[in-house]
Amino acid sequence: MAADALLQLRGVTKRFGGFTAVDAISFDLPRGVIGGLIGPNGAGKTTLFNTVAGLTRLDEGEVLLDAAPIQNLPPHRIFAEGLSRTFQIPRPFPEMSVLENVMLVPLGQSGERFWNNWLRSATVAREERAARARADEIIDFCRLASVRNDQAGTLSGGQLKLLELARVLMADPKIILLDEPAAGVNPSLMLTLVDQIKALNRRGHTFLIIEHNMDVVMSICDPIFVMAQGRLLYEGDSAGARRDPAVLDAYLGDLP
Amino acid sequence: MIGLVSYIVFFLILSLIFGIAVLGLNLQWGFTGLFNAGVAGFTAIGAYTMAILTGPARDAVLGGFELPFVVGLIGAMMASGIGAVIVGLATLKLRHEYLAVATFGIAVTIQLVCLNWEYLTGGTLGLIGIPNPSKAWADGPLAQNALYLLVVLVVVGLTFAALERIVKSPWGRMLKAIREDDIAAASLGKSPERVRLEAFVLGCMIMGLSGALYVSFIGYVSPWDFLPIVTFQIWTMLIVGGSANNRGALLGALIVWGVWTMSGFVISRVVPSEIQAQGGAMQAVLIGLILVVTLLIRPRGLIGEELHVSRHARS
Ligand SMILES: Nc1ncnc2c1ncn2[C@@H]1O[C@H](COP(=O)(O)OP(=O)(O)OP(=O)(O)O)[C@@H](O)[C@H]1O
Ligand SMILES: [Mg+2]
Repeated sequence: MAADALLQLRGVTKRFGGFTAVDAISFDLPRGVIGGLIGPNGAGKTTLFNTVAGLTRLDEGEVLLDAAPIQNLPPHRIFAEGLSRTFQIPRPFPEMSVLENVMLVPLGQSGERFWNNWLRSATVAREERAARARADEIIDFCRLASVRNDQAGTLSGGQLKLLELARVLMADPKIILLDEPAAGVNPSLMLTLVDQIKALNRRGHTFLIIEHNMDVVMSICDPIFVMAQGRLLYEGDSAGARRDPAVLDAYLGDLP
Repeated sequence: MIGLVSYIVFFLILSLIFGIAVLGLNLQWGFTGLFNAGVAGFTAIGAYTMAILTGPARDAVLGGFELPFVVGLIGAMMASGIGAVIVGLATLKLRHEYLAVATFGIAVTIQLVCLNWEYLTGGTLGLIGIPNPSKAWADGPLAQNALYLLVVLVVVGLTFAALERIVKSPWGRMLKAIREDDIAAASLGKSPERVRLEAFVLGCMIMGLSGALYVSFIGYVSPWDFLPIVTFQIWTMLIVGGSANNRGALLGALIVWGVWTMSGFVISRVVPSEIQAQGGAMQAVLIGLILVVTLLIRPRGLIGEELHVSRHARS
């Protein structure tokens, strides 16, 4: 399994002052899986995502993506290596349209180089048309078609979660970290969301999903990682998580 | 009648020259969210570069190159651009208010250098005798000014067209994204450092261009042309016209410069001569008032931002 681990964490530690939010977390996420990361509020899950994605510097440890260390890279380089993430609290570009929030994303657009907009304007236009077509598809897929041309800042909370997802899908990354994708999204849409994640997974995307909705987690995530108070309590399949006394005690115990 | 026409031509030249600097600031603040409070410093670099490159030989002062006007313009933009790279690398990591303080300080420093480095700038007296290219082609002040207005219009047109193209490109889309949320943009693969530096440098080059056009028109340059009030005027023009809209930037320049000159005229007529010396301060207060009223009534300025960047994103 370790031989084909896409994402490897080695003793990842993040402190805020004297408080250790992420405490020596180590695990391997195999290529091609949908991993689940669960744990009580304040367990350090989002902080772990932030450290892995380069948004906050880790204090100790190593993160390997496809066996290459990424822990010292800035976020945009980590994204370029093929790791992208959504935010638990959505971070749209509020004054840009939904469409352009999504069209922004593709890597290495010729038009992002200043001079290409003069020297290679035909290429830029062609790429823009292609990006538009793909963005339209993804927007439809994420049920955002009716607000395609609205300012992202006017979207509802649930729509913003979908926009987070849409942007990440536009990137076509190796691994997608989703921070509570189902929170605030209506139940019927949640089922499509689950189907879509599965479909994307079949097409080769690896996922690591933070989610409090146990139906979602238990139905699609394997392996499951359980965190509490910054530490990794459990790593294994969902059936095992349900039986593990430490997990029950810290997290699942209070569930029906 | 001729007097009025001359006056309008003169007014348009100056307001459009201001307009170019406003376009530069718009790229930085309007589109990228960079709080450059040192606009006057970058126009000064352009102005002095123009004066040195195109001006006549002088005793004990660098000069005598007498290069053509267009070379002066290009040189001015390059000098401001180089200044901006240095300043940008040092300051662009700072957040809004800190960046504002830093750039303000840099502009004040540049002004002091202009005042004191006599070999380069002529010191307090500045540099005189800067050639105005229209004088070689037309006779009489009105014809010369009309010709220079044409030159300025061409430069404004080119700058405007180039900026419209670049802000409505994937590059411009990155500027906006970084303005809106640099962390989200970085998480989506854009490098805020690189993009901010590019926008800052390009904006400062345009400010340098504005300074260069100014000295060629006026015929001399002195440190007193680049006091912080100039930065303040240019900012007001942008806010009044509407930031993140290039048309708004030019409109704001016309309106605010109009108010400035008209108020100067009124003050010179109405205000008793004993307190005429405070006329400039009164003008500044008036401009401040316009700024505040705009922010209260129309915080996005007269012309707001367009929703879409890419023409391919329009439905
Ligand atoms: N920037 C910060 N500075 C100080 N403390 C922080 C910071 N970010 C997070 N923390 C703390 O770290 C702990 C873990 O927070 P985190 O957001 O990672 O939890 P979580 O597992 O994602 O919780 P939830 O399920 O509620 O989203 C919390 O106690 C939080 O207060
Ligand atoms: Mg969280």
